[in-house]
Amino acid sequence: MPDGLINAPVSIGAGVLVAGAVAVSLKKTKGSLDSQMAPMAGLVAVFIFAAQMINFPVAAGTSGHLMGGALAAILVGPWVAVLVMTVVVGIQALVFADGGLSALGLNILNMGIVTVVVGTLVFAGLMKILSKTKASIVAASAIAAFVSVAASAFSFVIEYYLGGNATYNPVTVLISVVGVHLLIGIGEAIITALTVSAILATRADLVEGARKFLPGQKLIIRDSSVV
Amino acid sequence: MSNKKLIIIGLLLSLVVAGFLSFYASSNPDGLEKVTADQGLDITAVDSANSDSALADYGVTGVENERASAFLGGVIGVAITGVAGAGLYFWLRNPKSADTK
Repeated sequence: MPDGLINAPVSIGAGVLVAGAVAVSLKKTKGSLDSQMAPMAGLVAVFIFAAQMINFPVAAGTSGHLMGGALAAILVGPWVAVLVMTVVVGIQALVFADGGLSALGLNILNMGIVTVVVGTLVFAGLMKILSKTKASIVAASAIAAFVSVAASAFSFVIEYYLGGNATYNPVTVLISVVGVHLLIGIGEAIITALTVSAILATRADLVEGARKFLPGQKLIIRDSSVV
Repeated sequence: MSNKKLIIIGLLLSLVVAGFLSFYASSNPDGLEKVTADQGLDITAVDSANSDSALADYGVTGVENERASAFLGGVIGVAITGVAGAGLYFWLRNPKSADTK
């Protein structure tokens, strides 16, 4: 979102919340990954940055793009995912002027924290009831991604309710913001499912969210000379 | 597939997406932009302070050819994110874990 939509107090509040979440994530994750998983975090950041550039059409005159929070959470776990998403959304705003600077906290909160938290919870909840197979992991990823986008849209509506600068009709805004993001969520679900299934097919041991469900997916130490 | 191969494939795919596919992405406003415009919420929106920076909107100022500008913007973005990703790697990596290069 651009600067100026939401007032300073709510923007600052979001910034403080994000700073706290990032600080806790940094602390929780320092030195926490082995040398196989650690490069995945960087790769996931690069891939999500690239994928976010692709706006796909969702309805007349409207497009959507990947957010990636649920995808990151499933691939590298929620704490690392918060860092990955902060890096991606931060670079977009600071380097490419995509998303406002004073709205940076709000944008990281909506696209990088709400999506990670909701994606993680939905994925974990579904995996409790589904069979522990690769197909279930892909299906749970898709649904988690879809719900995460709706939750992100809903969090914008709450922020706008708390600190929106224009006069507006809350019900219309709620329906239209969440409505269009249900369509965008379908795109998010498809991209997330494709990505998770591609990595599950090649290196299931590198999908953090899948490790405990797939027996025999203990991390495999491979010699890099064997390509 | 080795780690190294996976990372190389992932990076190449990201470069193709950011450098080439991005040119064909929909230029329609995204969901939030569209709704805020339709509902009149965007009347209070202001350009961010860096909106005239050299890389604003994923193009490169001074590169006239749109395709070349979008390509460079995407590749530079992947490179910058890659550097930040490398920083994440050093933060996250357990120094005691086996180094598989």
